[in-house]
Amino acid sequence: MSPTDTLRFATRAATAYPLRTALMTLAMSIGVAAVVVLTALGDGARRYVVGEFAALGAQLLIVLPGRTETGGVNPGSFVTSTPRELTNADAAALLRLPLVQRVAPITVGNTEVAAAGRLREVMVVGTSTDFLELRGMRMAHGSFLPREDFERASALAVLGDAIRAELFGHEPAVGRMIRVGDTRLRVIGTLAPGGQGLGMTTDELVLVPVATAQAMFNTNGLFRILVETTRRDALPAAQRQLEELLRARRDGELDVTVITQDAVLGTFDRILGALTLGVAGIAAISLAVAGILVMNVMLVAVTQRTAEIGLLKALGASTASIRAAFLTEAALLSVAGALTGFALGHLGAWGVRLTWPVLPAWPPDWAVIAALGTALGTGIAFGVLPARRAAALDPVQALARR
Amino acid sequence: MQHSRDVRTAMAQIELDGINRLFRLGDSEVHALRDVSLRIEAGDYVSVMGPSGSGKSTLLNLLGLLDRPDGGNYHLEGRDVTTLSADEQAAVRSARIGFVFQSFHLVPRLTAAENIGLPLMLAGLAATERSARIAQALRDFGLEGRAHHRPEELSGGQRQRVAIARATIMRPAVLLADEPTGNLDRSTGHEVTALLEALNTAGTTLVVVTHDPAMGERAHRWLRMEDGAIAQDLRRHELPA
Repeated sequence: MSPTDTLRFATRAATAYPLRTALMTLAMSIGVAAVVVLTALGDGARRYVVGEFAALGAQLLIVLPGRTETGGVNPGSFVTSTPRELTNADAAALLRLPLVQRVAPITVGNTEVAAAGRLREVMVVGTSTDFLELRGMRMAHGSFLPREDFERASALAVLGDAIRAELFGHEPAVGRMIRVGDTRLRVIGTLAPGGQGLGMTTDELVLVPVATAQAMFNTNGLFRILVETTRRDALPAAQRQLEELLRARRDGELDVTVITQDAVLGTFDRILGALTLGVAGIAAISLAVAGILVMNVMLVAVTQRTAEIGLLKALGASTASIRAAFLTEAALLSVAGALTGFALGHLGAWGVRLTWPVLPAWPPDWAVIAALGTALGTGIAFGVLPARRAAALDPVQALARR
Repeated sequence: MQHSRDVRTAMAQIELDGINRLFRLGDSEVHALRDVSLRIEAGDYVSVMGPSGSGKSTLLNLLGLLDRPDGGNYHLEGRDVTTLSADEQAAVRSARIGFVFQSFHLVPRLTAAENIGLPLMLAGLAATERSARIAQALRDFGLEGRAHHRPEELSGGQRQRVAIARATIMRPAVLLADEPTGNLDRSTGHEVTALLEALNTAGTTLVVVTHDPAMGERAHRWLRMEDGAIAQDLRRHELPA
């Protein structure tokens, strides 16, 4: 029996039972579609997060107080064990480094904001002029915090869009006075709505000069310092300069951690990549189930067509021909399921992209290839047993079956 | 037994020698064939009759290489076919043996033409050669108008004609028919019988298993089976009047 004839014979057999074939195709396609859609979602989320970080600027270094890594014993270890705080003086010193372009010290705290008789709890971020550029935020009205000495506690504030709306409604906010904690501040600007960054919306923030926030929360320390280098490729050199400077400023002990945007990005990339892989694995289980279904359907087909198999044997079909015919039929069901599932999956991913335009939900190539491969693989692997059973049938008994 | 240099001329087309076939049903053993020895010459027309369970079908299955004996030898055209592998037997069936069944055994999803062409496809013949031979067979068996009909759209007589066309398309030397008229009415049965006899006249050996005495009596040689053995073996001219 030639391959073309085998293929035609199997196709006729598959199409002779349209409902069975349709249901089988559906089961297989759900598996493939699940893999395609779920990996599209997972990979979309990964790309979204990576994109968000990239939007923040790939030239970013973040300085945190305290050292998370273990180091060797150095003279500083004997002097003190509690990390010193990061201060505005540190931030100012960093700004003088040749490879550093922008520096934004950050202090964060929660307090109440009151204006026009309204009061609410709010997150206050103390920072400096460069924060606007570093975070890629835009102004709606007025101006951002002025460029001034980090130690200068000007009584100024910039409001996030939600805070502005809640305090002042449709009235202009710029120029109005508000009370934050116990301090009276003048609103000099409002942020454009919809600013996003690291899952935190800037709509709910009140931004004040860093020294103002430190006075408000009665602290000298900084939450962290954001540093932007002049060039992306200057990142490793800048990191070394930063660490040297900070070590020199704290008696030879580097009790701060400098992380790069790349490190954070890499971590998120890995976490979300693993998540996508896990989701793909779960979806692949449905493919294995579909494979078992192919086996069941083919076993039923062998039972149903026992008389036909007997006839084929009587007409001189070799065991190989019969095996090939049934295996081809199983493969055809899998191929039909895989292709339908592939189309359905892409339709689903398209729907996701339509619903959440920010999410670049494209299924990764590896997932598509793996899904199609698994579908075909399981279909054919689970088709072997029924095909062998068909080929091994005793012709006399097979012919006696109606 | 005379020995000749040419084995083929010395041997009949079909030679069964001490064939035994046992079936095990639970604890009991059924002796379907016991010590059956039989010679059938090429071009003969043999009917096998006898009560149910006498071993007629088992004999036919053995002749058609669908079943293997538990003992004895079967020579088909001088070749010992009992020792062949399953695939070698399939090749012999494909080339030398045609089957006609009581229940036609047509593949329901295939058209008449495709059913007829099934043995050609299984034998791996080229498509052009196939269609020429199928067209010839459709003409020979008066099925031209029915080529693209499926079995369910055909009458009983037409179905059996398709089955006979399929059985003969590979031009077999031996045609084995198991109750070929069993599912047909009288007049269609006569048509089918005439068709089979015409094939026999053209040189094909014909072995018919039947319950129908009218059909059985038309053969040139009558075998009567009882309890797995050949109880009676008569030639037409030996018939008691």
